[in-house]
Amino acid sequence: MKIMTGINWFKYSSPPAFYPLAGLLIPWFYTLATVFAAVGLYISFAVAPTDFQQGEAYRIIFVHVPAAWMSMFLYLVMATWAGFGLALNARLSHMMSQALAPTGAMFTLLALVTGSLWGRPMWGAWWVWDARLTSELILLFLYIGFIALQASIDDPRRADRASSLLALVGAVNVPIIYFSVKWWNTLHQGASISMTSAPKMAITMLTGMLMLALAFWMYSIAVALVRVRCIILERERRADWVRQLVEVKF
Amino acid sequence: MNGAWIAVVRRDMLLALRRRSDVATTLFFFVIVASLFPLGVSPEPALLRTLAPGVLWVAALLACMLSLTRLFAVDYADGTLEQMVLAPQSLTLLVLGKVFAHWLVSGLPVVLLAPVLGLQYAMPNDALLVLVWSLLLGTPALSLIGAIGAALTLGVRGSGLLVALLVLPLYVPVLIFGSGAVAASQSGLDAGAYLSLLGACSLLALALTPWATAAALRIAVE
Amino acid sequence: MHWNSLGEFFAMGGYAFYVWTSFGLTAVLVAWEVLGLRARRNQAWRDLQQARLMDQTDLGEAR
Repeated sequence: MKIMTGINWFKYSSPPAFYPLAGLLIPWFYTLATVFAAVGLYISFAVAPTDFQQGEAYRIIFVHVPAAWMSMFLYLVMATWAGFGLALNARLSHMMSQALAPTGAMFTLLALVTGSLWGRPMWGAWWVWDARLTSELILLFLYIGFIALQASIDDPRRADRASSLLALVGAVNVPIIYFSVKWWNTLHQGASISMTSAPKMAITMLTGMLMLALAFWMYSIAVALVRVRCIILERERRADWVRQLVEVKF
Repeated sequence: MNGAWIAVVRRDMLLALRRRSDVATTLFFFVIVASLFPLGVSPEPALLRTLAPGVLWVAALLACMLSLTRLFAVDYADGTLEQMVLAPQSLTLLVLGKVFAHWLVSGLPVVLLAPVLGLQYAMPNDALLVLVWSLLLGTPALSLIGAIGAALTLGVRGSGLLVALLVLPLYVPVLIFGSGAVAASQSGLDAGAYLSLLGACSLLALALTPWATAAALRIAVE
Repeated sequence: MHWNSLGEFFAMGGYAFYVWTSFGLTAVLVAWEVLGLRARRNQAWRDLQQARLMDQTDLGEAR
């Protein structure tokens, strides 16, 4: 705790202080992501045995499940930054939530496509309206709405605050949507094979998924930091400190 | 406090009366969409009966959404909205008044017209009653949630399509519970649970969304 | 290691298409995002540099 209070964290809430810090952190998060990905891939292809029911196709869940986790988690993180942005009127928080949105949308898309690639051999259909895939689809719409609103408002301050408000509204709705889709799904037809129904190798599978989830997480942080730096450069190009930055670099 | 609320509702109703064509457009849209489906699918009554809950609910949802862009746009253009934001009365309350007027003009007519369209779909009488109930309980939530989208996209280029993109995903629970209620009643099940959930959605929307809409309006006007 | 040969590993018990498309798509999306961001950052730098050059010439003319 002492160390925590020793450093003035608020200093880094301003773009001029944050920009170089982010630059220092990015390589570390990329490295961590690579290491976790290597371990995760090793577990998912070399350690985890063949599933007697689903054959080798079940290995898809090693990317599908972490991508699905990440898509929901990133929406939550995005909404949290949006909330900070609105409450503290901090433009860096708004920028963070905007930097996370494309990565979140990418993981949502990845979860959708891998889910359907897993579903084809298992269910015999590319698309099944099961609870997980359906709520992922709606989550993708929410991400796209956020990005579209942010992109179509010209005044950056208004775009920040409007899209942040939308992110909060979406975050309140996500649990309601998830519940309603689940309810709807159980009434119509339950998915015949659950994605995580392999009892014997629960531990190996969970470790593999956890490793890849960690890899995705570290990757998301790295990419979000790179993107937020781009946003800062684009937005604050008139600021003195950005101009000095250019002079140092060239 | 109440006076301002009633004044907003009365003013919006008067404006709507003066521009009756807007109201008529919403209703015609609802009727046309619902009438296209039998033409596109088949006139077979048994098939239409299974399609009816979903089609009528989706049509109602789209009709409500279409009228959303007009909710604040006129006030935004002529500066009334700025006055409302600066007014001593609570903006949340004024928003509630406007949303209520929007529901009276676009939600309620849809509710009243739905049973007629249900007859086209060969729905039994008790299912028609559930349809009316579900729409009556669900359309306020549509207006309330939609108001956030309308406020966020004020004065934005291409706002009509953007509103659809923002609002339709948020309508999913209302659609599921609404059409679910009608479908349950058609297959002889009790629709009570669905209707309660639908009512809960509207109450939750009533508690939370006017506040969010007011915040969005402040952002738009600033 | 339960793979007897490299061919067996790539065959994935007959599910090669599904498994390798999933993992391949992940790699493609990640690479696309990383490279896209690199391009965006370079573009931002170029814009800034250009703005700086234009400022300098403006100053020169003013003098």
